Amino acid sequence: MGMTTAEKIFASHVIDEPFPGTRVLRLDVVMCHEITTPIAIADLMARGKDRVFDTSKIKAVIDHVTPSKDTKTATQAKILREWAHRHDIKDFFDVGANGVCHALFPEKGFIRPGYTVIMGDSHTCTHGAFGAFAAGVGTTDLEVGILKGVCAFREPKSIRFNLTGSLQKGVYAKDVILHVINKISVNGATDRVMEFRGEVVDSMTMESRMTLCNMAIEAGGTSGICMPDMTTVEYLWPFISGEYATKEAALADYTLWCSDDDAVYDQVIDIDVTTLEPMVTYGYKPDQVKSVVEMAGTEVNQVYIGSCTNGRLEDLRIAAAILKGRTIAPTVRGILSPATPKIYKEALQEGIIEIFMDAGFCVTNPTCGACLGMSNGVLAEGESCASTTNRNFMGRMGKGGVVHLMSPATSAATAIEGVITDPRKYL
Amino acid sequence: MKTFGGPVLFLDRSDINTDEIIPAKYLTEITKEDLKPYILEDLKLPGFDPKSESCRNARVIVSRNNFGCGSSREHAPWVFEVNGITAVIAGSFARIFRQNMFNCGMAAIEFPPTELELLFSFAGCDDAFIDLDLQLHTGVIRGGGREERFAFVLAPFDQALVTAGGWVDYADGKY
Repeated sequence: MGMTTAEKIFASHVIDEPFPGTRVLRLDVVMCHEITTPIAIADLMARGKDRVFDTSKIKAVIDHVTPSKDTKTATQAKILREWAHRHDIKDFFDVGANGVCHALFPEKGFIRPGYTVIMGDSHTCTHGAFGAFAAGVGTTDLEVGILKGVCAFREPKSIRFNLTGSLQKGVYAKDVILHVINKISVNGATDRVMEFRGEVVDSMTMESRMTLCNMAIEAGGTSGICMPDMTTVEYLWPFISGEYATKEAALADYTLWCSDDDAVYDQVIDIDVTTLEPMVTYGYKPDQVKSVVEMAGTEVNQVYIGSCTNGRLEDLRIAAAILKGRTIAPTVRGILSPATPKIYKEALQEGIIEIFMDAGFCVTNPTCGACLGMSNGVLAEGESCASTTNRNFMGRMGKGGVVHLMSPATSAATAIEGVITDPRKYL
Repeated sequence: MKTFGGPVLFLDRSDINTDEIIPAKYLTEITKEDLKPYILEDLKLPGFDPKSESCRNARVIVSRNNFGCGSSREHAPWVFEVNGITAVIAGSFARIFRQNMFNCGMAAIEFPPTELELLFSFAGCDDAFIDLDLQLHTGVIRGGGREERFAFVLAPFDQALVTAGGWVDYADGKY
């Protein structure tokens, strides 16, 4: 019987099966940020076990609130910073070098096919785009990960999504994943790995695959997973060219992680995306999704482009193409947060930042920012935001505020008109 | 091992998420105790007031499907813990929340629909009270002069975590 990618990763990393169905896995990467890690550090210190299992496998970043906004967030940053220095963690990213974790760490080449990855952050599922098993965990799992380099999971059942057809102009990975979540609901993939397959995924960039996998958790999924292919190899090549003689050799190695043709799935769901339209959320759950045509005309007070879902260069380019030579509605506050310093710099070089600024956007430093209302871009009661982020929970971007999730293209078109707008008219 | 049981708080809705349990703006607190006043602050349910006595006194929460969905924040189990709530019973749980509960030595117990309805039949009782035996996997609910006994399933690993007092203590000696 064949195996899925997740099953192959589990089989190669399992160090213990304390009970049937429970697997303790060896971890390749443990990622840390300043919100969920400090309490793990404090507990390790209180236990007299302030140690790390492998300094080279731990990656840390200050990203949720940065630069710090007050004494409390400065203290969280300080705890993480001092811990990273104390343990000689080389891959620690502080102010000036920091960015949104799920954009920054892939960009540094830290994630490879076949890896096991955890972080105290639910959107860790993003990294499955590389053919890795990447799961968000709580602080206690993170703490044990830091100390022992292991984490326990239930048996990895996978749902295979066959995405076929071709995306129409103005329709992107974000629209696909919103549609998928709408189809299976916010708990449709609980305890399951969401394996994204088909010609639509094959033709996607790594950035788009990350957008797809990023929102797996919004359907309850443990990890998103895409099959490693030449797109994966090309993306990673600057980091792996010393390990492999040729790209073909890397590809041959990486594709060993691909699911077997006769792998067994918990469910197989076929979706033809050809007639899919740009999608927008309403309400307070990410599965409350309608087409932009139905949502058009809904007033918004703010437009936010950024985050681990859609703050990458590809996203900025798409939005800039729509914003070029135009200005945003006077009733709207536009906020752009490039997800990493590299993205920011490249956007500057390409003239993208100028387009956003000329259109009337405020450009912030790379940070999780408005997405979870922890630092900048917080909404007032009764306000709404068109956002490229991943969560529209009540109060998410500020108490009493409403978030409409959508693609960067739809966000840009919405910024111009001040109401939810079909981006296709600007393409 | 913690004690499990006491006055019940019924939250009659599915998909109660981590932002409703503890809003993100409080994630800047660096001790669990500091989270205490903010329990369920953003949860909007008819008749529910997070500042009410029934919320303050609760030791067990009974809710519907997909409880704890959303963020990975362990602040959600912690805000329950510092308020004396050590068990949540629901139709189903989001994976990370469920694991976080057991990792802290607390219990997230899934009930099939019929048994869950039995518990919810006590939702109108001001004195609803649940006793749980996490070793025998049995419990009793009392309220309004009625009493019902029930049994539940706990996976062996979850049982081991509850007995050990959490994942750090379990893993430390073993790996």
